[in-house]
Amino acid sequence: MNPGSGGTAPAGVTKLTVAYGTRKVLDVPALEVLPGEVLVVIGPNGSGKTILLLCLALLLKPTTGTVSYLGQPVTGQRQILRLRRRLAVVFQESLLLSNSVWDNVTLGMRLRGIPKNEVKARAQKWLERFGVAHLAKRQARTLSGGEAKRVSLARAFVLEPEVLFLDEPFAALDSPTRQALLEDFEGVLRETKVSTLMVTHDRNEALALADRVAVLIGGTIRQLGTPAEVFNFPVDEEVAVFVEAGNILPGKILSQTAGLAIISTDGREIEAVSSLPVGMKVTICLRHEDVTLSLPGAGPLTTSARNRFAGRVTRIFPVGSQVRVTLDCGFPLAALITGRSLEGMGLKEGQEVVSTFKASSIHLIGHHMT
Amino acid sequence: MKFSGKRRAIFPAILLSLAVLGLVFSLMGCAVREVILATTTSTQDTGLLDVLVPLFEQKTGYRVKTIAVGTGAAITMGQRGEADVLLVHDYTKEIPLVNSGDGINRKLVMHNDFIIAGPASDPAGIIGSKTAIDAYKKIAAAKALFISRGDASGTNSAELRLWTAAGISSKGQSWYQETGQGMGATLAVAAEKNGYVFTDNATYYSTQKTTGLKVVFEGDPVLLNVYHVIQVNPGKSNKINGPGGRAFVLFMIDPEIQRIIGQFGLGKFGRALFVPDAGKTEAELGVQ
Amino acid sequence: MDLILKGIVEAFKLLVHGDPAVTMIALLSLGVSLSATAISLIIGIALGTAIGLTRFFGRRFLISLINTGMGAPPTVVGLVVMIFLWRNGPLGVLHLLYTPAAMVVAQFIISVPIITGFTLASTQQIDKKMQFQLQALGASRMQMVWLLLKESRLPLLAAVMAGFGAIISEVGASMMVGGNITGQTRVLTTAIVMETGKGEFGTAIALSIILMILVFGVNLLLTWVQQRSKTS
Repeated sequence: MNPGSGGTAPAGVTKLTVAYGTRKVLDVPALEVLPGEVLVVIGPNGSGKTILLLCLALLLKPTTGTVSYLGQPVTGQRQILRLRRRLAVVFQESLLLSNSVWDNVTLGMRLRGIPKNEVKARAQKWLERFGVAHLAKRQARTLSGGEAKRVSLARAFVLEPEVLFLDEPFAALDSPTRQALLEDFEGVLRETKVSTLMVTHDRNEALALADRVAVLIGGTIRQLGTPAEVFNFPVDEEVAVFVEAGNILPGKILSQTAGLAIISTDGREIEAVSSLPVGMKVTICLRHEDVTLSLPGAGPLTTSARNRFAGRVTRIFPVGSQVRVTLDCGFPLAALITGRSLEGMGLKEGQEVVSTFKASSIHLIGHHMT
Repeated sequence: MKFSGKRRAIFPAILLSLAVLGLVFSLMGCAVREVILATTTSTQDTGLLDVLVPLFEQKTGYRVKTIAVGTGAAITMGQRGEADVLLVHDYTKEIPLVNSGDGINRKLVMHNDFIIAGPASDPAGIIGSKTAIDAYKKIAAAKALFISRGDASGTNSAELRLWTAAGISSKGQSWYQETGQGMGATLAVAAEKNGYVFTDNATYYSTQKTTGLKVVFEGDPVLLNVYHVIQVNPGKSNKINGPGGRAFVLFMIDPEIQRIIGQFGLGKFGRALFVPDAGKTEAELGVQ
Repeated sequence: MDLILKGIVEAFKLLVHGDPAVTMIALLSLGVSLSATAISLIIGIALGTAIGLTRFFGRRFLISLINTGMGAPPTVVGLVVMIFLWRNGPLGVLHLLYTPAAMVVAQFIISVPIITGFTLASTQQIDKKMQFQLQALGASRMQMVWLLLKESRLPLLAAVMAGFGAIISEVGASMMVGGNITGQTRVLTTAIVMETGKGEFGTAIALSIILMILVFGVNLLLTWVQQRSKTS
């Protein structure tokens, strides 16, 4: 397995566009998969993620722009065919042919002319690694969804690709199957360190696997960075909404004092750490987890939180093992607390509560006049 | 998503197939040695041509393609030059063909008889009639079931001429039924329904054991079924095999062949099915 | 009823004694129809996969043409082919009329829409992403098409059976372009019609039985291959 020669990106695109007639569906000036990294491309349905993957995997010809491998642009059908044989792609559907599991797993290797004993060794190894060696003789059509997906993953890894592409590989699986497979898969990625591009709309997969995340919305890359950067500091509102950055409120900067800004929203004032200029319109992003609730009359809390608002509970509903409590503080605000806290405070709808959050918890997206 | 490369694979496939076809075709033999003989189904059904055609091929080296169609189609093929020689038996269509110049060398070859066959019970009491028209009138009067070919063949043409001569409009009458089929099938229907039928004696005799029909009237000169061979005029198109057509005409009136014609049927049915007539004039037979 | 019995007896006699005329007719039937089926397989599968796997302007129109062609009356096909092939027709120079080759042509035209249509339907059923997956595994175009065809081998065998069945039992076109000439272009179907026309029902039934045996035999073979593929 080649983890990439020096610093040259195994795969990349330059000035890539894909258009159907006059409708432009993808416009990416530059993107690279760095050697040994897992680059996850997330975005809503129809954002062009699959098309981007197909172009990078040399399966789809872009309208304009070039795809490069190891710094060299790819031209000509023959080069494309040769390069394809150094890659591997896994799709959402398992796409197995109707013969045995063994035949399916070995097909790619046979097409690439890998010697017979090597074929046998690799197939054996990867079928075991993905826990489906006992299914080798079975007809592929008879497998369950999870089993088929493991076979298609084995089929990709036996090829020892230089770049691995995955298009929403786990989307069609039910939750428990997906969870188990994700853990196995993460392990394999860490071991093999193969340069990987994975497309998904599931932020948990991105959080779990990605070295870098690219957010693709409407055919363009809005943000590229580490998962922490993208999920905590979304660069614009659309990204914020997509990565579920938390509470999102409109506001305007009223005053600015040495990095501490006061923003007005819905008639209330919020303090936030920011250097944005006075008068600018902003979007306020505040994670649900960063909002603390307490009962009124519990005495003034000694805390460093500069924002404290009284409000009334409008909704309570569970999210996983926690609870989201939505309040009306003059502006809508939501907090994420544990079930225990909910019980402890005996919160009910209509109840008066006090919400607090730190000025440093707020992430502001400035709306620059364009 | 365009996938143009696959289209390129079709062309070799088509070319290969055409090449194979072309090879097959070229082995099919040259056209100059071919003679297309258009004749009628009744002629073919007698089996006479199965004897004569191989003799002709042996003698001349030509390869004959005998196409048995309805008289109408045979004549049309002659007009269009799609045949080289015709062997037919309907003067009403033959004479215009010769007059128009499309047909030349019209030679009398042979004749057999039309007869009226019917059930042994003879419901209309035809047996013993003096003339064919007489018999017809009796059938009409008794409203006895009559099965006609109704297919514009030479036989049908002769049958209808007689109805006209008898002054009877048979078409549309409840007792007059048309099968639209060949002679053999029509005879079978007549036998099945116990009806009368106008037929040539050759087909009658060759199917008699199966049908069980009886001859109820024969012998009237007007019932002569006369066969002519006509060469399609090669001057009208260079695609017509002139020498081949001419050779066939000469063959059919050759005395040796005429002798064979006169013997045909003796072995199989115990009676000769045809009377050879080459050299005679139409007037001698009382026809045109 | 006794006619049918008579026919069965006669069929038996013909088969056992190996009547040369009947043997020739039967072999010619097989030869012509198998050739036509083979050629339309090559072209039909090529066309069917090409149209099934690609997009192009006028594709839907072409597909409806093919579907119409599947139901085209064989007799009409025969008439058109005859008009093209006769001496004064556009292809008269080929001197094909009244030869077995002409019958192969007519039967080919009858069966190729059937095979193309079936191939088209079965390739369209395959997940579009499968093309990508096979290409990603490293298959060249030809290899990809071959793999996809193997995937649809069951419907394809059905196509062959349908195509062959349609043309070996066809009589109108064969009669028109072949001419039913003794020893040259007479096949089982045209012979059956001729014998029926002559009133020789016994012979006609005998020939029909032989035809049925041939058709059954070929289909038995193809079905065996098809069902074997299912389990492999």
